[in-house]
Amino acid sequence: MTDITASSFVRADIVAERPAPVKTTGFIGLLRTRLFNSPTNILLTILGALLLWFTIIPSVRFLIVDAVWTGTDRTACLAENAGFTVGACWPYIQAKLPQLIYGFYPEAERWRVNLALILAVVLLLPLLIPRLPAKGLNAGLFFFAFPVVAFFLLHGGGIKGFGLSWTASALELFDDSISSAGQVLLSLSKTSAIAPLLWVVGNLVVLVGTAIHWLIFPLTWLRDHIQGTGQSIWVDFAITTAFVSLIVFFLGGGVRGGGRALASSIATFIAIAIVIKLMDLDHGGLPIVATNLWGGLLVTLVVSVTGIVTSLPIGIALALGRRASIPLIRIFSIAFIEFWRGVPLITVLFFATYMLPLFLPGNFSVDGLVRALVGIALFTGAYQAENVRGGLAAIPRGQGEAAAALGLSWWKTTSLIVLPQALRHVIPNLVNSFISLFKDTSLVSIVALFDLLGSLRASFSDPKWSTPSTAFTGFAFAGIIYFLFCFGMSRYSLFVERRLNAHRRN
Amino acid sequence: MSTEARKPPLQIALKIRRLLGGKAGWNGVAVQFAFAAVLGWIAYEIISNARANLENQHIAAGFGFLRNNAGFDVNQTLISYTGSDTFFRVFVVGILNTLVVSVVGIVFATVIGFIIALCRLSPNWLLSRIGEIYVELIRNLPLLFQILFWYLAVLAALPNPRQSISLFGVAFINNRGLIVPSPVGESGLGPFLAMLALGIVASLALRFYARRALFQRGQVIRIWPYVLTFIVGLPLVTMLVFGVPFIFEFPQLKGFNFAGGSRVIPEFVALTLALSTYTAAFIAEIVRAGILSVHSGQMEAGSSLGLSRGTTLRLIVVPQAMRVIVPPLTNQYLNLTKNSSLAVAIGYPDLVSVFAGTSLSQTGQAIEIIAMTMGVYLLISLITSGVMSIYGWRISRSLGA
Repeated sequence: MTDITASSFVRADIVAERPAPVKTTGFIGLLRTRLFNSPTNILLTILGALLLWFTIIPSVRFLIVDAVWTGTDRTACLAENAGFTVGACWPYIQAKLPQLIYGFYPEAERWRVNLALILAVVLLLPLLIPRLPAKGLNAGLFFFAFPVVAFFLLHGGGIKGFGLSWTASALELFDDSISSAGQVLLSLSKTSAIAPLLWVVGNLVVLVGTAIHWLIFPLTWLRDHIQGTGQSIWVDFAITTAFVSLIVFFLGGGVRGGGRALASSIATFIAIAIVIKLMDLDHGGLPIVATNLWGGLLVTLVVSVTGIVTSLPIGIALALGRRASIPLIRIFSIAFIEFWRGVPLITVLFFATYMLPLFLPGNFSVDGLVRALVGIALFTGAYQAENVRGGLAAIPRGQGEAAAALGLSWWKTTSLIVLPQALRHVIPNLVNSFISLFKDTSLVSIVALFDLLGSLRASFSDPKWSTPSTAFTGFAFAGIIYFLFCFGMSRYSLFVERRLNAHRRN
Repeated sequence: MSTEARKPPLQIALKIRRLLGGKAGWNGVAVQFAFAAVLGWIAYEIISNARANLENQHIAAGFGFLRNNAGFDVNQTLISYTGSDTFFRVFVVGILNTLVVSVVGIVFATVIGFIIALCRLSPNWLLSRIGEIYVELIRNLPLLFQILFWYLAVLAALPNPRQSISLFGVAFINNRGLIVPSPVGESGLGPFLAMLALGIVASLALRFYARRALFQRGQVIRIWPYVLTFIVGLPLVTMLVFGVPFIFEFPQLKGFNFAGGSRVIPEFVALTLALSTYTAAFIAEIVRAGILSVHSGQMEAGSSLGLSRGTTLRLIVVPQAMRVIVPPLTNQYLNLTKNSSLAVAIGYPDLVSVFAGTSLSQTGQAIEIIAMTMGVYLLISLITSGVMSIYGWRISRSLGA
């Protein structure tokens, strides 16, 4: 037996400590590994630092250090009065702030704008936080109730009738149009080469018109009768409530299961009644503020929110149409989408401003803002359709087939199984579209609407504030507002995307 | 005795049903009829209203107005144009101006975009942050805002011609635009251009031959010395024989303005700056995504085959990245072309500005003019998407083989 400790290859004394490895984490590590690790990188770092030096420092000097903060007119922002090279002229923004936010909205009525903004924020914030409950109710309030309330709040005015009167009048217009089309066909049939065909079609159309006339006669008779009574709106309201609630009751399952539907329908109508009463809509409502007085951030927000609310249903309908197997509907959807996606938004706005009024009956004048809104809704709708289509394509076929195996109809399969999953998939894309929509709203300033950018441009021409730094100050202010909105939305879209892909992260 | 397979039943009725009504069958046909009726009704309403409205405004429908004299001037024209030319010529001038600003914008946007993408991918921490700040800042501001910023704030703050900023004494920048030397053709221009064209054609043919040799016989031919001779040598020799092809006319300050050289109008400068920096931010993201989409194993595989880093990038990584990059890149080019219509906000005479703007307000022919304007953009995007689908088909063919 030998003693192993005595053998020659066992070390008897402790080895000297080696130096610690080079630190690769923390600030020093960052400097070492990412900034100064090679001659090229050192050069690039110096170049980058120089670039920052020549952009950040002047910007900060302009915005804060050299800025003028108080004053009443341009003289405060001139270098000879201030005694130094003047940067941003903030008094100019202070003076123009109401114009940049409200446009020429009457000062006494501005609380309405503020109230509408507060309502929008109160409804939108819970919708954006995934953890909060009652998303359906919330979405319904934001997408359906809020636009109507906001319209009466911002524009003012009241209502003369309710569901019954509106339905009756709309059907009457439709009927008139069909009858007149029939008359035109009949008059053409006297001269045309295909006279017999035209005569037959014309008579058929006239017949349809007459049939509709008699079909809607009870409605129109009821409407005329109600108009005679003193409380026409409330009578109309009661009849509409009863009618719609009955339909909902029977569609919801009649005596066996319709109670819930009936209750929610009546609750909705009571809410509507409260809103009507609260805003005094039956007695003319708030004083009307014409849209040519609107301006600034108000118009930017109105255009983008309306675009968001209207483009989504258009987009969903077009996306479903594009995937439909019925040839005409598919071809129409494809042509519609590709047309609007192929042209620039500015030509769409020109179309809406100059061509749309020609397409409407002569006695029917459309507000300039509404025209732009129609153009933007169609344009954005086509883009949203492509987003939604991406989501629909991502749903496995098995989902639809399983629903069909359960005996669900196409409508139920689409609305209960396919669309909810598809829409959840494409929320980030939808939000990205909304960002570009928000940016694109600035284009309405070209068709003589004064949004934030338009108001800003208009304010440049005020001689009271014309200084060398006015333009830069204005752009800095508007840029900060646009950036905050867009950056916020893009961060939110990233957040949703990460949440949706949580299962894919390793 | 063998039993023969029975023939399948006649499917013609089913096929017709499928063709006419899709999966919904005869219900689908009914839906289509209703849909067609509604479309027809809308079309009828539009046509009859438009006709009545035009009659009220005393406007004659049709394209006859295109032959009338325009009677207004355009401050940048590529083809000769005076106020006494027709509206059709205005249309062509507008299209050419749109195309020129788009092409220049696309070139700059691509260059800036690739540089920013390289910055963002750079291992240098500072550079990648700078690239990120650029992309976030530019993408979150409206394009119109940026156009107006360059035009109303930056370019308007430039000095007047007498205090122009001089770029090496060759080009000058002032608030009336950018003044650059203009080339003036001399006697040697014709042969020079002919030889240059010949050189380019010969180089292309040589490249084609070299690729065939590589793919068919595995023979590597080094072509760049020949290409250099063709493209640089040939024109140089012709220059020696026939004389200088062109000389530059330098701008000179005379009195209050510049004489000589050619002036690039400030609207063009502002529009190009805004369009190219804006689109560059999007291109940078596309390029970055494309390069990141190539698996890092590809690079490692290349180096394990003994290829150098440059060769691996050129032959393995970039071709795969390009497949991801090209379709969205073309989309951005198309977007840039469509966005050039924002020129109307600052008065650069593009198609929308001179045709859908000035011409429309002079003639009132809204339907025809807007339809023609939209048609041009639609045509451009249809051609682009056609080319892209051919490209996609070739890619999928090369992958499928």
